[in-house]
Amino acid sequence: MATVETRALTKRFDGSAAVDHIDLGVREGEFLVLLGPSGCGKTTLLRMLAGLETPSSGDVLIGGRVVTRLPPRARDVAMVFQSYALYPHLSVARNIAFPLKAAGMRRREIDENVARAAGMFGIGHLLARKPRQLSGGERQRVALARAVVRSPVVFLLDEPLSNLDAKLRTSARDELQQFQRRLGTTTVYVTHDQIEAMGLGDRIAVLDRGRIHQLGTPAAVYHDPADTFVATFIGSPPMNLVRRDGIVSGFRPEHLLPVECLDAGETRVPMPLTVTRIENLGADRLVYAVLEPPNPQTKVISRLPSTIEQPLEAGRRYEFALATRNLRWFDADSGAARSTPP
Amino acid sequence: MSSTDLAHAARDAARWHSAWRDDEAWLGRVLLAPAVLYIVALVGFPFLLAIVYSMSDVTVGTTALDFVGLRNFRRVLDDPTFWSSLRNALVFTLVSQLLVVVLGKILAMALYGDFRGKWLVRLLILLPWVAPISLGTIGWLWIFDPVYSILNWSARAIGLFGPDTWPVWLGQPGPAMASVILVHVWRMLPLATVIILAGLSAIPQDIHDAAQVDGAGFWRHLFSINLPLVMPIMLVALLFGIVFTFTDLIVIYVLTRGGPFDTTQVIASYAFFTGIEGGDLAAGAAIALFLFPVLVAVAIVFLTMARKAEVA
Repeated sequence: MATVETRALTKRFDGSAAVDHIDLGVREGEFLVLLGPSGCGKTTLLRMLAGLETPSSGDVLIGGRVVTRLPPRARDVAMVFQSYALYPHLSVARNIAFPLKAAGMRRREIDENVARAAGMFGIGHLLARKPRQLSGGERQRVALARAVVRSPVVFLLDEPLSNLDAKLRTSARDELQQFQRRLGTTTVYVTHDQIEAMGLGDRIAVLDRGRIHQLGTPAAVYHDPADTFVATFIGSPPMNLVRRDGIVSGFRPEHLLPVECLDAGETRVPMPLTVTRIENLGADRLVYAVLEPPNPQTKVISRLPSTIEQPLEAGRRYEFALATRNLRWFDADSGAARSTPP
Repeated sequence: MSSTDLAHAARDAARWHSAWRDDEAWLGRVLLAPAVLYIVALVGFPFLLAIVYSMSDVTVGTTALDFVGLRNFRRVLDDPTFWSSLRNALVFTLVSQLLVVVLGKILAMALYGDFRGKWLVRLLILLPWVAPISLGTIGWLWIFDPVYSILNWSARAIGLFGPDTWPVWLGQPGPAMASVILVHVWRMLPLATVIILAGLSAIPQDIHDAAQVDGAGFWRHLFSINLPLVMPIMLVALLFGIVFTFTDLIVIYVLTRGGPFDTTQVIASYAFFTGIEGGDLAAGAAIALFLFPVLVAVAIVFLTMARKAEVA
């Protein structure tokens, strides 16, 4: 277990910065998720933590020690790749044993550790097989077993679930979190899937264009986005943004409700709107609408849980509103969050 | 004929065309025919002719041909030069191909990384392969020349050889064999390098990254990951090189003509000198046929590997 820290870490490819002066601190035993769209620099950042990529400038610290110039094998980190990167010519047992052999461990100890790691992921019966004889889920477990087998101080996971089918992904997410809690090993996890990020992370770092836009708990990132990028990247459908007079107000689709559905004691902002389209998703209804005066005409989305059965029709005007406490404010120029309206 | 008849005829013709194009059995035969013809005419026929010649008393310049049974083979087996040629051929083939595979692997690894001017270096390395081999070998003939050898002059300039002590590269048994092997390696290296480079490029980068993170240093990475993964394609390069080298005589023909004292004579060159230059076609054919069992063995290894690759 160890902390992971980056100081003004920068990586430039052909002049443009893939990772741009990132200062990040991962606490001991923490599960930190790097979340962002593809090309945001999250994988480059992870690879610099692993030592697979040399930073253009800045430093990486693991356990308080500067490791910027050290090769991966001197950093005591383990990494799980999106492709799993199992060694195709080696059996499962020898795949898992590989890091131990490289560390010069004795045969008996290696066998014990391999058996322990394989038992942890329930793949003891697969040890004699070659990777190509395994299913996607089994390969992913082998990759995890190979990562945990030598008890590294940090786990680095690069979208380890994205090659699994949707159903398997849910159970794998659950197992992943359980084993991380049990081992208590500091973990940095890269994904572009916000559901994964929300479900797994102690904290989430939202990245775009090589910069961290927000670092916070899933709840903070969702409810109090640091800027309009985070507001629209997190949440599906994203936060509604309404621009007027140099200020942007934002609110989540589930907070925009028919007036009757709001608590009577709540101070509210009226949001009359005309419905353009309704999508029934089973558990929710998504209501696509355009705001009416006094608000500027803006496309918004309301998410109504199926418990709200009020009939709605496209093309008609309805009185919607939202609780004032659910309103967020952003600077129109910089996009940064503001605590109060002007 | 009315216009509708014409239209019908055109449609029938079109149908007939598409019918035979869609018939896979038919189309397969048509597409394979050129290859089969080529093999029958340029491999099968000469091979049978060699068998017939080897059991006859045919010579260059006559049309007479009498069947003499296995007499030619007896003659060849009693000929000490044949045995030394066989030994030379094995040494020449195995040593050169071993060097080619090892050097090819090293070169491929050097070329695998990214650096400025990579395409130029790759082009230069491929040059010996694309240049006409006889021209390149004649260049080497000058490099090894007893009087003008640039090797000897350079060695003397830096004080390696004293006066009157330099080797006559192609005129002494040991240096002659070393020279032909060196030139053959120079010639075969580019192809092997490119083949191995292709195999190397087929390994996903993630595998290399995983090995690095898993703590493998250079040697462990090389012997536990890199080599095993390119081994199948290296074997292909090796087998290809063996077949090519065992049957080839260009380098030896240009540099030493088998000399001195037949110390660089290989089966292919001995068959050529006996059969074509010596005029004894029957003996030449018998010698050449001794290539056959070796090539069959290599072919069997090849086919087994191809089968394995198919199954895997």
